[in-house]
Amino acid sequence: MSTTIAQKRGIGSMLWDYLTTVDHKKIAVLYLLGGGFFFIIGGLEALAIRIQLIKPANDFVSAGFYNELLTMHGTTMIFLAAMPLVFALMNAVVPLQIGARDVAFPFLNSLGFWLFLFGGLLLNASWFLGGAPDAGWTAYAPLSTTSPGHGVDFYVLGLQISGAGTLIAGINFLVTIVNMRAPGMTYMRMPLFTWTTFIVSALILFAFPALTVGLFLLMFDRLFGSGFFDASMGGNSVIWEHLFWIFGHPEVYILILPAFGVFSEILPTFSRKRLFGYTAMVFATVLIGFLGFMVWAHHMFTVGLGPAANSIFAIATMAIAVPTGIKIFNWLFTMWGGSIRINSAMLWTLGFIPSFTIGGMTGVMVAAAPADYQYHDSYFIVAHFHYVIVGGVVFGIFAGLHYWWPKMFGKILDETLGKITFWTFFIGFHLTFFIQHFLGLMGMPRRYWTYGADQQLELGNVISTIGAFFMAIGAIVFIYNVIITTAKGEMVSGDPWDGRTLEWATPNPTPHYNFAQTPLVRGLDPLWIEKTEGRKGMTPAEPLGDIHMPNPSILPFIMSLGLFIAGFGFIYQIDDPRWLIVAIVGMGILLGAMFIRSVKDDHGHHIHKEDLEKGAGL
Amino acid sequence: MKGWMGKIRALFLLSLLSLILSGCGKENLTAFTPKGYGAEVSLNLIIISLLVMIFVFIVVMVIYTIVLVRYRQKKGQEDFVPKQTEGNKALEVIWTVIPIILLIVIAVPTVTATYDLASTDDKEDSLNVNVTGNQYWWHFNYGEQEIQTSQDLYIPVGEKVYLNMISSDVLHSFWVPSISGKMDTNPENENTMFIEAYEEGVYYGKCAELCGPSHSLMDFKVIAVSREEFDTWVEDMQNVDPEATPETASAQEGQEIFQNSCIGCHAVGSQASAVGPNVTNFGDRSMIAGVVEYSKENLIQWMLNPEEFKPGNKMTGNYSVPSPEEAEKIADYLLQLQPSEITPESATE
Repeated sequence: MSTTIAQKRGIGSMLWDYLTTVDHKKIAVLYLLGGGFFFIIGGLEALAIRIQLIKPANDFVSAGFYNELLTMHGTTMIFLAAMPLVFALMNAVVPLQIGARDVAFPFLNSLGFWLFLFGGLLLNASWFLGGAPDAGWTAYAPLSTTSPGHGVDFYVLGLQISGAGTLIAGINFLVTIVNMRAPGMTYMRMPLFTWTTFIVSALILFAFPALTVGLFLLMFDRLFGSGFFDASMGGNSVIWEHLFWIFGHPEVYILILPAFGVFSEILPTFSRKRLFGYTAMVFATVLIGFLGFMVWAHHMFTVGLGPAANSIFAIATMAIAVPTGIKIFNWLFTMWGGSIRINSAMLWTLGFIPSFTIGGMTGVMVAAAPADYQYHDSYFIVAHFHYVIVGGVVFGIFAGLHYWWPKMFGKILDETLGKITFWTFFIGFHLTFFIQHFLGLMGMPRRYWTYGADQQLELGNVISTIGAFFMAIGAIVFIYNVIITTAKGEMVSGDPWDGRTLEWATPNPTPHYNFAQTPLVRGLDPLWIEKTEGRKGMTPAEPLGDIHMPNPSILPFIMSLGLFIAGFGFIYQIDDPRWLIVAIVGMGILLGAMFIRSVKDDHGHHIHKEDLEKGAGL
Repeated sequence: MKGWMGKIRALFLLSLLSLILSGCGKENLTAFTPKGYGAEVSLNLIIISLLVMIFVFIVVMVIYTIVLVRYRQKKGQEDFVPKQTEGNKALEVIWTVIPIILLIVIAVPTVTATYDLASTDDKEDSLNVNVTGNQYWWHFNYGEQEIQTSQDLYIPVGEKVYLNMISSDVLHSFWVPSISGKMDTNPENENTMFIEAYEEGVYYGKCAELCGPSHSLMDFKVIAVSREEFDTWVEDMQNVDPEATPETASAQEGQEIFQNSCIGCHAVGSQASAVGPNVTNFGDRSMIAGVVEYSKENLIQWMLNPEEFKPGNKMTGNYSVPSPEEAEKIADYLLQLQPSEITPESATE
């Protein structure tokens, strides 16, 4: 059956293939396309912000529109660009790294993607339907509860839908990593990227429900007349801040830990040396994830929580610097004594170390509560979190894409273009954000639409805007690189970098069942072990036999579409109750699809031993 | 290798150069030159933590540079397989323990300063001002002195002044970087912070929590004057008679219009105004609405179309727009509301 699908190569059938796929490798491509699309939108929003700030009293965009831009830039970049791009890497790599044929719940994997996409589309539909949300990506009440129009309603429902997708993905990876590891792949033999995915999935499991609860309360306040965050009705707006940051701070680690994982894969490969202090790296990851839940109130030092709370959260925050420092030094000592090859993936990694160190330094600085009374909500904070999220997460995504591109698409991205991308983006990044530390302390609060001509803030803003354009050029060169490589690049072997981990043991292209025979893992860096002992590939852990694979399904797409339609119904029912019909129709589609999924037996299909021997299904 | 480090160095030099060119920001706005207690405490902590962190950064960059110079693959080394080191216990203990010590160096002054800035020991004996954040202006109520005013906060220099802060609508944050760090104004609970200015002068304040389209247009001023001048100002403000007849005929007519119309939201004198700013000392201010250049033309224009200056303000659409003639008369009335000799100008002299 799979062979017949693979042979049809019409655009229609290819589209249908991707709409229905439950293959983690194809879902990775979908996440990459979706995340990349929103990354471009978020980037354009950033450029508009920087153009507005290039001179004092500028009116490139109006004040109200500016607030929509800054809200959507933050929301888009975190939820719709960084998260899915990280999921793209996880999907592409983790099942291969643990020697599995797919994730534990392939159907849910597909559902997670489509929920994210439709949530993101719902959120961005607001641009065309009367205005985007304008209360900041943090959506602090009462500004968010009183914001006129439907912008914030789109924020609430869009994030609720895509958040459900994220939660599903997190649970899926947890189960996958617990249950589907190849024989011999003990926890302490898992590659660091798998480890960080594992920890991050646990963080998602505990952090996202806080957001879900917060969004539900906000939804009831806005759409159904409750007053959870309304002081005049006995509510409390500070509760939203707590709920948001109980989710929001772990979210930072949800993004950065996979990037740490990426660098922990790239450095050993291109230093040709095993990861220094593997055990310490694993425990540092666990510790960062654990501490990540105890520090949320450091976003709220100026809320008036009192000196006891501020002191405790200040010290807890500083404590995170210890495991992070352990990681930095372990990376440096992985290279120490190695044989370092520098290519694009490695350049992003080497660019990450100083950039992220600066972000970590300012992180400790902002943890000092009384100093934060000055930094808080100023451009210093903007600089700090961009050093962490761009210098850490985005660099990590670029590094990971260069590194795993040959595994995902069979071709190596052009090296020259890769280096141009890196240098323009790297220089642009520091130009944009380094100066913002100073702007903040010179008295420029964040989320400012404009500043006075007499405030001596102009030069810094000009430099920052120039830097933003350098970053844009870097991003454009990367997209060009992707197109050129796809069109003209040559297929390479399954192991082009002399890799160490299991994902490099599959041939190129990777068959949709990944491994014809599940490999036997005999230690950390299993492929490297086999290679040093003179073998070409992995030792199989089982005889060649029938492989059981899941069937594709359109149901995840239909379920997400149903929620997407219902979203509009819920948003507009406040204007006219007849819109509730739309909500009911949408929910009906969702429930109908769930019903079909429940009653229809789908046992998947088998790839037979004889077909495997003939090399079918590749 | 050379190019790599060179580029980083050039980048830092460029940033540093631009910083020098622009100074450290505008005097009495920047947090780099503190002129008040809170700002000084914050800056000290900033410097301590920055020094510790620069030390860490240097250590990281030295190792980084050594690694990249010594261990980069050279021609003919393509087949070289390095020793597969698992780790080093001693090293790992070192880079766990030393950072903990460095963090303690920062943590101790952090906790001390946190409690110091939160202390309210002498609140009862000090000047208290109730601060209310509104979209998009600030209200100051000197409860004990029975003075109400907006936009310009007058304080005596060299004394602790306690601010009891609340919001009437959404979250705002009170920030005067040269004097003190910020504190949010929440709608449901009162926050207390003290400020103390070291020098007389006019300090620039900003709202630091996103509060709507005109978030960036919510500037205010803190005017620090000597104790004698402050007492004079208090007396002048207390002696204001809202009914007093202005000198010119135009201003008299303006007063009449104001009393019949504007008074619904605004106030002159010590009564609280629920919706709009109190204008008791409007003629003493140096800005209109905190951000507009102070001139009669702008004031008239504001009354005709406030949306042009502060998008999303609460005045637009909620008042009967005066004719240009009426607006001019109201302007004449407002501009002569100069109860005191103590003004932002006198404070800067």
